[in-house]
Amino acid sequence: MNSRERILGRVRRALADAPGDEAPLSRDYLREHGQRTVAQTVDLLAENLADYRALVHRTDSDGLAGLIVGLLEKRGSASVLVPPGLDEGWLAATGVPRVTDRAESTPAELDRVDSVVTACAVAIAETGTLVLDGSPDQGRRRITLVPDHHICVVRVPGQVVSSVPQGLERLDPARPLTWISGPSATSDIELDRVEGVHGPRTLEVILVGED
Amino acid sequence: MSGTYLGMPAFPEAAREAVGNATLRGNLRHATHTIRAKRAKAVTEVSDWAELREAGKRIKDHTLRHLDRYLVQLEESVTAAGGVVHWAADADEANDIVTQLVKMTGESEVVKVKSMATQEIGLNEALEAEGIHAYETDLAELIVQLGKDRPSHILVPAIHRNRGEIRDIFAREMSEWGRPAPEGLTDTPAELAEAARLHLREKFLRAKVGISGANFMVAETGTLVVVESEGNGRMCLTLPETLISVVGIEKIVPAWQDLEVFLQTLPRSSTAERMNPYTSTWTGTTDEDGPQNFHLVLLDNGRTDTLADEVGRQALRCIRCSACLNVCPVYERAGGHAYGSVYPGPIGAILSPQLRGTGSEIDASLPYASSLCGACYEVCPVAIDIPEVLVHLRERIVQGGEVTSRGNKVVLRPAKGHAAERAAMRAARWAFLHPGVLRTGQRAASRTRRFHPRTLPGPGRAWSGTRELPPVPAEPFRDWWQRTRGGKDGDR
Repeated sequence: MNSRERILGRVRRALADAPGDEAPLSRDYLREHGQRTVAQTVDLLAENLADYRALVHRTDSDGLAGLIVGLLEKRGSASVLVPPGLDEGWLAATGVPRVTDRAESTPAELDRVDSVVTACAVAIAETGTLVLDGSPDQGRRRITLVPDHHICVVRVPGQVVSSVPQGLERLDPARPLTWISGPSATSDIELDRVEGVHGPRTLEVILVGED
Repeated sequence: MSGTYLGMPAFPEAAREAVGNATLRGNLRHATHTIRAKRAKAVTEVSDWAELREAGKRIKDHTLRHLDRYLVQLEESVTAAGGVVHWAADADEANDIVTQLVKMTGESEVVKVKSMATQEIGLNEALEAEGIHAYETDLAELIVQLGKDRPSHILVPAIHRNRGEIRDIFAREMSEWGRPAPEGLTDTPAELAEAARLHLREKFLRAKVGISGANFMVAETGTLVVVESEGNGRMCLTLPETLISVVGIEKIVPAWQDLEVFLQTLPRSSTAERMNPYTSTWTGTTDEDGPQNFHLVLLDNGRTDTLADEVGRQALRCIRCSACLNVCPVYERAGGHAYGSVYPGPIGAILSPQLRGTGSEIDASLPYASSLCGACYEVCPVAIDIPEVLVHLRERIVQGGEVTSRGNKVVLRPAKGHAAERAAMRAARWAFLHPGVLRTGQRAASRTRRFHPRTLPGPGRAWSGTRELPPVPAEPFRDWWQRTRGGKDGDR
């Protein structure tokens, strides 16, 4: 008997005397917490992102390219990683050399890049979370991981939901997802939170108003 | 479970030593009290906590009730998404599978995401014996590995170390394993985190094989979920060419939607955050993104034995948040090592004796490592009634009875250490069933009460060592009742 059959057999014997099917699960928890206008939901997102030490900026589509170039210059970035499907206009104003992530790029090559600019799939206000799903404007998972400076653009209010349940509804489980709530952190020293371990230590979020 | 813990003394002896260590007690007190207050605040923010807790409990119970069906469904969906599923009945089999998979890649080192399951099976030691070096990349696991230490907490395995001790370990040991600690390293947490970042970076960038566990596996979609803080998980899950995940069979949830419960309750219960910094989900393999070879090793190792116990099976609902450790008065004083298992604290006291059986001294003593105060049950986000299971396991140890071990029903004999207790209970039962005997005994006790010792002799000494013997009244209650007609003829 192989281990698959052995384990499944053990499970079935273990459950032989378990009671029959139970009542269906009632999901009587909330779909979102509290009542907010759309604008208040965006404000809450900004507040919670900032609470976990993300740097939050707000602009409109006209100001976006200028804001991005300003952030890269302030950081002194000598190179910026760009996912293949990023809106051309976002980096139109910057002369910082662009690095395109190719499948054959090695992690060590990515490690030499200073910054990365991406879009996101969904942002969750109640938890201050950005979710990336590997779409062309977000790129492979590793490009938002290895560089130390991540600029993430969120279209508001279109990409913003209130809660975790609403966020999951919008996401496709078949895609590899990365949920990001603030920069990399740890609670491993005396159970106290310290920002900045392996992931990007600086997370800048741009909330860009839709026209 | 891991051979690391073989020959551990029973909990009382191990705890006695730990309680005498003032540094350890100080470290634990500081850390558990910090997190306790924060957790309470994070939970209060969510007005439907009780409903989320109940839903989490129900989802897990339902999954366990149909575990065979969901395991098969998970296998199908992971396979369809490009993963390879392996089944391991015990620790040795899981270690063999992983070792073979690593050898097939031709690599001699792996990077690891913090994983309770691989700790439980002693994977690092098994790989080392085959010449494969496993590097722990979680900060606390790194501290434990560099310090040649054992984990003492589910979430923060190095909780027993303070910043000064961590600094010393880094300064002394990092050069043995790779990049040395920076010159003049101080004990500020930010500098220690920076030292870990630099030390591990070279390992991440060259790693070809990553090994992880998982917090959840979604049967419907074949998706695995890893919840973390530092980004070491993301490194291990995305940079290597091959990813091997070792996951206990109880980690399944049926549907994608079920994550909406646990992704709210887990971060708030464990690190007291609204959301942990990073959560990764992946479904099989994705072309040109992340590892192109994905292996899932489904681990039993005592879980089906636990499932067979109708009271004890609720322990399998555990999502490893560690809230029960942080509130436990016994854990706070005794520390994690005294529990002799990778699963310390209240959850460990019910999980270890079920996963491993109660054959060893340490496992037979764990159900007693509690004051039954119930704080663990209060904070548990999946409502595991830990005190109920503790009492159930105590009963099994004292009385013996039928249990399942490695899939077979066996009858446990009553534990030897409790012979005196059982004899006393049998005598009491006989006396209570024979009123004449009881009356004679009570009268004899009252008449001789001046000569009673303050402590019990023989096997009773341990019991009376920490308790006052109850004083025997001058006149037995029933004699008083008859003489005074229940007090109607006056009190005396």
